[in-house]
Amino acid sequence: MILLQVIVAGLLIGAVYALFSSGLTLVWGMMNVINFAHGEFVMLGMYVAFWAFTLAHFGVASFSAAAAVVLFMLGVLVYLALIRHVMRGPMLAQILSTFGLLLVLRYAAFWAFGANFVSLPDGILGPSLNVGGILLSAPKLVAGVVALAVTIGMHLLLTRTMLGSRILAVAEDRNAAMLMGIRPDRMQAIAWGLSGASAGIAGALIATFFPISATVGESLGLIAFVVVTFGGFGSVPGAMIAGLIIGLIESLSAYYVGPVYQDVFVYALFVLVLWIRPRGLMGKA
Amino acid sequence: MPEHTVDLLKVEHLAVHYGDLVGVADVSIEVQPGSIVALLGSNGAGKTTTLNAIAGLVPASKGSIEWRGENIARQPAYAIVRKGLALSPEGWRLFTGQTVEQNLRLGTTPLADRKRAPEMLERVYALFPRLMERLRQRAGTLSGGERQMLALGRALMGEPRILMLDEPSLGLAPSIIETLYETLGRLHDQGLTLLIAEQSIQLALEVADYAYVLQTGRTVLDGTAESLAADPQVRRIYLGLETGEATG
Ligand SMILES: Nc1ncnc2c1ncn2[C@@H]1O[C@H](COP(=O)(O)OP(=O)(O)OP(=O)(O)O)[C@@H](O)[C@H]1O
Ligand SMILES: [Mg+2]
Repeated sequence: MILLQVIVAGLLIGAVYALFSSGLTLVWGMMNVINFAHGEFVMLGMYVAFWAFTLAHFGVASFSAAAAVVLFMLGVLVYLALIRHVMRGPMLAQILSTFGLLLVLRYAAFWAFGANFVSLPDGILGPSLNVGGILLSAPKLVAGVVALAVTIGMHLLLTRTMLGSRILAVAEDRNAAMLMGIRPDRMQAIAWGLSGASAGIAGALIATFFPISATVGESLGLIAFVVVTFGGFGSVPGAMIAGLIIGLIESLSAYYVGPVYQDVFVYALFVLVLWIRPRGLMGKA
Repeated sequence: MPEHTVDLLKVEHLAVHYGDLVGVADVSIEVQPGSIVALLGSNGAGKTTTLNAIAGLVPASKGSIEWRGENIARQPAYAIVRKGLALSPEGWRLFTGQTVEQNLRLGTTPLADRKRAPEMLERVYALFPRLMERLRQRAGTLSGGERQMLALGRALMGEPRILMLDEPSLGLAPSIIETLYETLGRLHDQGLTLLIAEQSIQLALEVADYAYVLQTGRTVLDGTAESLAADPQVRRIYLGLETGEATG
């Protein structure tokens, strides 16, 4: 029973990884721009949730929505003010610009919110639940299920709607998309917005069970990179499966070997997969 | 009708540069409403560059591109297609990761009235019943002939006034090329104006009313398709055809 509990817990956290990673893979696959500040987007989502709860007494659903909206707008803003301009420049300029953005966001958060950890109250989503003999924390259960649903929703948005079709058209062939009357800059701005929103919702969900700090984006950003590389650049389903696998490995290794070593196992698997299949699980050849 | 509302496309002394390289140096062409105009020339003559400049994919460095009395030379491609000038680009450039239906629906973006999308879809299905059987298939899995149908269908979805085609017969089997040109003839009969860049000159001259010959980025010759096809000098020098060969 305990093994099952470890597995379920791993999948739940993995679903949250899948959610914010799907946002990273979207802009990475679409524009070949690596957003090093993606983990900071998640961190900001956590703070939006915290302040929406603290100042306006928002519930989980409302503060998750608020985080989605705020981070969507931030994503669009970052695209319009920064990415759009550096995209014409050399690769190094793109890397430096999003790395610069990472530093700006992280230290702005430090300055604005201080170095202390804050957290949402423990019982915000109720006590732990006993589901068929498996003991689960309510926040993690909600976070995992909602994250999975939103990730699938994102995939459906991209593959089943006209908007998604246009976004993917720009991603595949910018000029051909323009010949269809599509404005690439608009689609790219929306993609950045969606990317930000995914990070924002994920951040709000994580905030229900994890302490919030200005530096939390560091480890989350790293996880997003591993998930995206593992799943294949640009593939939301790839990010989803990779996220679940990584959550699972983390959970199993933390249980069997010890929490200190969980990262070692994640990266070992990551290197192994890249060695066998460099384009990731579902990336294009 | 006042002059500015006539569907006249007029390119004058167009020059396009790719950095320091010359794409075209001096191209002037005119496409009258209701006509089929062929743009001929060998490899690297500047056919693609000319069409891409008209469509707004590459900026003109000199000259003017006038459509219905308006200079569109500085406008982006997504704005130009909404004015009724569609380009089916060289190599088709389908969205291979998306389905046939999605490709067609993307083609409806330039429609001013989005509610007309179903009607346009019906029209394209009537023209290419084959595409209807393939709706859920990814464009990347289609055969060459089907890809050409999809490229053409996709360009028609936006209901253009002029359709520009860049080497539509490239890489297709002769029988498929024949069907393609039959279809183009039918579209023309329904009132569509066509500007076709081709390397298979004989074919183009058969359907075209008027033709321009490009050579190293310049329009060096123009005339009615019949006169160009008949002129033995032209045939030998510019079109690279055997002088003894008969035209259809
Ligand atoms: N993207 C580009 N960058 C640099 N030079 C280019 C580019 N595209 C075309 N050119 C050059 O511009 C000139 C005209 O090329 P273009 O492709 O327009 O000719 P074309 O008549 O379409 O030839 P083809 O029959 O091979 O398609 C050529 O000298 C070509 O090398
Ligand atoms: Mg060409």
